[in-house]
Amino acid sequence: MNEKKPTSLLYLDGVSVSFDGFKALNSLSFVIEPGELRAIIGPNGAGKTTMMDIITGKTRPDTGEVFFKGDIDLTKRDEAEIAQLGIGRKFQKPTVFESHTVWDNLELALNRKRGVFATLFYRMTPEDNARIEEILSTVRLSNRRNDLAASLSHGQKQWLEIGMLLAQEPELLLVDEPVAGMTDAETAETAILLKEIARTRSVVVVEHDMGFIRDLGVKVTCLAEGSVLAEGSIDFVSADQKVIENYLGR
Amino acid sequence: MITSFLLKSFDRTIVIAVAVILGLALIVPALNLLTAPDHPLHVPTYLVSLFGKYLTYALLALALDLVWGFCGILSLGHAAFFALGGYAMGMYLMRQIGARGSYGNPLLPDFMVFLNWKELPWFWYGFDMFWFAALMVVLVPGMLAFVFGWFAFRSRVNGVYLSIITQAMTFALLLAFFRNDMGFGGNNGLTDFKDILGFNIQAQGTRAALFAASAVALALSLILTSGMVRSKYGKILVGVRDAESRTRFLGYRVEHFKLFAFTISAMMAGVAGALYVPQVGIINPGEFDPANSIEVVIWTAVGGRGTLIGPIIGAVLVNGGKSVFTAAFPEFWLFALGGLFVLVTLFLPKGIVGTLQGWRARRKEYRKAAADEAARGQTAAEPVAAE
Ligand SMILES: Nc1ncnc2c1ncn2[C@@H]1O[C@H](COP(=O)(O)OP(=O)(O)OP(=O)(O)O)[C@@H](O)[C@H]1O
Ligand SMILES: [Mg+2]
Repeated sequence: MNEKKPTSLLYLDGVSVSFDGFKALNSLSFVIEPGELRAIIGPNGAGKTTMMDIITGKTRPDTGEVFFKGDIDLTKRDEAEIAQLGIGRKFQKPTVFESHTVWDNLELALNRKRGVFATLFYRMTPEDNARIEEILSTVRLSNRRNDLAASLSHGQKQWLEIGMLLAQEPELLLVDEPVAGMTDAETAETAILLKEIARTRSVVVVEHDMGFIRDLGVKVTCLAEGSVLAEGSIDFVSADQKVIENYLGR
Repeated sequence: MITSFLLKSFDRTIVIAVAVILGLALIVPALNLLTAPDHPLHVPTYLVSLFGKYLTYALLALALDLVWGFCGILSLGHAAFFALGGYAMGMYLMRQIGARGSYGNPLLPDFMVFLNWKELPWFWYGFDMFWFAALMVVLVPGMLAFVFGWFAFRSRVNGVYLSIITQAMTFALLLAFFRNDMGFGGNNGLTDFKDILGFNIQAQGTRAALFAASAVALALSLILTSGMVRSKYGKILVGVRDAESRTRFLGYRVEHFKLFAFTISAMMAGVAGALYVPQVGIINPGEFDPANSIEVVIWTAVGGRGTLIGPIIGAVLVNGGKSVFTAAFPEFWLFALGGLFVLVTLFLPKGIVGTLQGWRARRKEYRKAAADEAARGQTAAEPVAAE
């Protein structure tokens, strides 16, 4: 059972969690390899966001194991610790610091010392400056750098949040519904962006947009009622009878 | 490291505000001490102390704004930290009385003799020394805030629950300090002070000096808070206020950030209380009244929370209004205060300073847009002219 642990980046086994008797996750198991880009689909309420809550320490599982990089037990750590270990997360509802500028949002996300005194006496270095510039151009927000994040469009906020994840330099990125509310052109660009990001780290994307999933062209996991229904290529998964019944056919 | 921290703390508004406050520290005492009582610009001594009291309120409001305006922690117990600082100063002032009390006991304050106590309680030791009392002025409120915050922030008590437990904290202290056997003078508190640092506390010069000290304390605190909120630390505080979970998932220990701000803020409130007590001449348990903490929130809201100048202006304006108003119609003050709070919440949700800043920002944007428009109009017009 544990032979996959040492090589995999993320390892979930038999994870269950219930809220007031309702089983949001039901013995969920899957593995993400280093450098993998994985898409996760599934009907509303399948437990996709709950799975991310478990991995990032927001929710504790009732039973089951969650390991990062082989032997780091994520069920024993809190959000800040897990973030510092190298797991970044984009929320389903875009969450950026609205009253800060785009630039400041990235500065705060930058992977630097996170203590009270380190931040109190922090000074912008040329390297940090260059890194922020680089991310700004990656997420196509260079010309909005001095604008308040509140003034961005919905799609731009999604990108800013992805940019913040990049600044965090995580080894694993969890991205919850990145193209919700985006135009078709923005959606296509986001697919390109995520593929680019996945060249240097592992990415897990939750999305309902099947066109987008096709664009990604990666291994797909379909969740339903808190456990894995099918796993494989997009064509394989979308031909699966159970997936059609539970998700696509509805 | 420290210099860059300080340099960052100065922007134009802060420089002006600090200059004005320090200017007042010189001018008001000068007008009091150097002009004759019938001179038109003379500031009578009672006004010097009244203005000095406003400055300590302004410092208290600034302290509250650091946690409420910038970190979203609505503390309804800040008057407790103020009162604790006040009590620490009051204990020093009591021990300065020495054998000059009504009972002539060289060691025990009058109220202890009256209660038939034979020796000084252990927690009164050291308060005969100013440096020790001054240390306690920041240490006691700071420690209380640290312990309180440690438990509250670690267990993620937020929003209205946090406000309620801060009210409970100040109420508990109110009841405790009312008790005679606590050893802080019970109901009557500490009063009948004689001197401070060897100077007669009633003397005109001492009053002027206390005013100046309050102004300097306010100016220094303004520089400190400005440095804090302009640093990366301060940006994270605002991040915690606006999107706490985002800061957490970026890897920041939110509870440490809150705890640091809360503790610094409590220490500032303690200093304010310590400067307040010698100027009003008394400290009693009434200062722990939960309503006092709520008043501080109103001053801050009126001036503009989340701005550094706002709470200072709010505290001075509301308390100035209170002094005038209570002289004319004493029984209506609470209605006026409540009405003011409702009006500000409805019509000036950002407070006076926040609203002015909003106007200024919008005018700037409008001008910029107009300039852009004009520039575009010109470039567009040129090819036409060339044809
Ligand atoms: N903290 C919670 N308390 C109670 N119930 C919860 C909690 N979090 C999630 N749930 C429930 O668990 C189930 C799974 O929710 P989850 O948000 O993980 O679904 P999802 O797959 O992300 O759906 P969607 O596609 O709509 O985002 C839902 O029925 C939800 O109501
Ligand atoms: Mg979801």
